[in-house]
Amino acid sequence: MVAALFFWMFAAVMLVSALMVISLRNPVHAALFLILAFFNGAGLFLLAGAEFLAMLLVIVYVGAVMVLFLFVVMMLDIDYSEMRASMAAYMPTGLFVALVLLVELGMVFFSWVSSPQALKLRAAPAPNDLTNTEALGRILYTDNVFYFQLAGLVLLVAMVGAIVLSLHHRANVRRQDPGEQSARKREEAYELVDVKPGQGL
Amino acid sequence: MMAAGLEQYLTVAAILFTIGIFGILVNRKNVIVILMSVELMLLAVNINLVAFSAHLDDLMGQVFSMLVLTVAAAEAAIGLAILVSFYRNRKSIAIDDIDRLKG
Repeated sequence: MVAALFFWMFAAVMLVSALMVISLRNPVHAALFLILAFFNGAGLFLLAGAEFLAMLLVIVYVGAVMVLFLFVVMMLDIDYSEMRASMAAYMPTGLFVALVLLVELGMVFFSWVSSPQALKLRAAPAPNDLTNTEALGRILYTDNVFYFQLAGLVLLVAMVGAIVLSLHHRANVRRQDPGEQSARKREEAYELVDVKPGQGL
Repeated sequence: MMAAGLEQYLTVAAILFTIGIFGILVNRKNVIVILMSVELMLLAVNINLVAFSAHLDDLMGQVFSMLVLTVAAAEAAIGLAILVSFYRNRKSIAIDDIDRLKG
């Protein structure tokens, strides 16, 4: 049972690093532990047979989102130590809500049965002769092309929104204005001066 | 197909989700850690989707998980952009300072 051993290892490391993320004082360390949590989450995906999603998690999250987090954390000059000072004040409420949530999830978990018709209602049964990536590609670009386009639209809106939010013009920096440049007429751009010899301007 | 049963996956995801909620409630001052906690909760949701997908041998769960991943990436980008532009205006990202709409 090597696979089960790996499952518990990935799960334990993921949960411990998630706890470190929310309890560490330094947000750079928190972001690094978040990377560790995502790596181990990718390991769990791999054990479940979702190879493509595991690689997606590593590439998109560790490669892009976490680097973005690290950039922002390092860019902003914040004193984080005073932010953690109030942690103890919120601890009882936090523990209470988390405990209630966990108990409720446990209650759902223990009274839950899988419907006997569940296997008949599958939307896209996984084919046996294809790899996970190929099978996903086959249904993603055919039956679910709408979701694919929707995801692209979400990313486009996010990109435009992020640029609009973070772009700002400094007052004392000269900028190029292409519209003004091409609207310039020849008459206002230069004038011919007839300089007489020996006189100067 | 699965190394561990559905129950183990659901348990781990439930604990991870609870850690995410706990992180939001405890770190009331730090927006960056709150965003990280939201990412943790979304990872827990993804683990649930993938676990059910593997359990039922149905690829639809993985397609949906991909959509969740996209939305999570967009959310992180927008959240951090808001954070940067807020910091530029107030020189602070403490949640107590985010009260401009109070009037």
